[in-house]
Amino acid sequence: MSNLKIILDWMSIVAIPVIIIAFLGYGYYKKVRVYEKFVEGAKEGFNVGVKIIPYLVAMLVAIAMFRASGAMEALMFAIKPVTALIGMPIEVVPMAIMRPLSGSGSLGVMTEIMNTYGVDSLFGFMASSMFGSTETTFYVVAVYFGAVNIYNTRYALPAGLVADIAGLITAVNVCRLLF
Amino acid sequence: MLNHIWLWMIALSIIIAAGTDMYNEFTQPTKEKAATEERNLNEETKLGQVTSEAIDAAGLAVKIAIGLIGVMALWLGIMKVAEEAGFINIIAKIVRPITKRLFPTIPSDHPAIGSMIMNIAANMLGLSNAATPFGLKAMEDLDKLNPKKGEATDDMITFLVINTSAITLVPASAIAIRASMDSANPQQIIIPSILAATMATLVGLTVVKTIQYIQRKRGMDKPSKVEGTEDE
Repeated sequence: MSNLKIILDWMSIVAIPVIIIAFLGYGYYKKVRVYEKFVEGAKEGFNVGVKIIPYLVAMLVAIAMFRASGAMEALMFAIKPVTALIGMPIEVVPMAIMRPLSGSGSLGVMTEIMNTYGVDSLFGFMASSMFGSTETTFYVVAVYFGAVNIYNTRYALPAGLVADIAGLITAVNVCRLLF
Repeated sequence: MLNHIWLWMIALSIIIAAGTDMYNEFTQPTKEKAATEERNLNEETKLGQVTSEAIDAAGLAVKIAIGLIGVMALWLGIMKVAEEAGFINIIAKIVRPITKRLFPTIPSDHPAIGSMIMNIAANMLGLSNAATPFGLKAMEDLDKLNPKKGEATDDMITFLVINTSAITLVPASAIAIRASMDSANPQQIIIPSILAATMATLVGLTVVKTIQYIQRKRGMDKPSKVEGTEDE
């Protein structure tokens, strides 16, 4: 397992330089005006950054209010019977709720769970697997659709959340089996 | 959908905060309330906290977006060179058997395929700061095929679901935190994480494809009510 970890660590270190040199080198070989084209593409970066601001403000403000008001605790209380039914221990429910909403928030929840119950406890394993296996869906929806000025996201958010729930339940149950 | 969720998140927050404050005000012993003038209501009440958190979050959103500009510019520049050279096309051709199924309406030589693959590959390797620029580039390319600007296409949603349930070979930040907390074996969560993410991707794709199938069928029955963007 630790050999795998070393290999994977090296892979992520080497990946970016390899991508950069492969892309630019191939462009140069194909006689593309690399510098000019790079600058041309990079110009877009600014527009994208500015374009997502309103979407990100809308999303992050709503999430911050939700967290600060105690609405999250209320939600946790409300879904307790459901989570018990699907075999999710109440200790890791905050993680399940926080994960799609906020990256830094769920990082905090994970650390707290591991502090309280121990890193290598069952709950610690569950929390970190939950963290590792899903993305901050609300943030991704805001940023990705914001970049192309899309306000009608149709069924994107519910579909993303269903996927998250499936991932979270799997994480909990695999941990229960393995550890 | 987002309309409703967004409004209810804000409305519920204010209602619950106000309710908590009212409850506290009525149940608090009057002794503590005597020094009303000295109270810092902004910090003491839930409503005050909600307000200041909301304002902080608005500032944070701008900070995140501005911080993204540099890394976006870097990767978009590199992508542009690769695109001009035809490199992205080569990648797109290799993965065509898979993408043809997932995104049946995108022409196989369209640049969107290349940027989506780059995004998914970067996510798998755990290169999150490269993944976002590739992903946003993919969204822009997908938007070029969008007949109804401002509305998400089926392909965009399929891509988004793959993205939010991204399979990572190395959940790097979770492992790093476990290591910092003296875990005996921090990387032990790799297997459960991969399994869970795979499950999330499969379920997400099933949901998305089912919805698209139903909508297409409905669209064929009543052509006036076509909601999707596919012309099949």
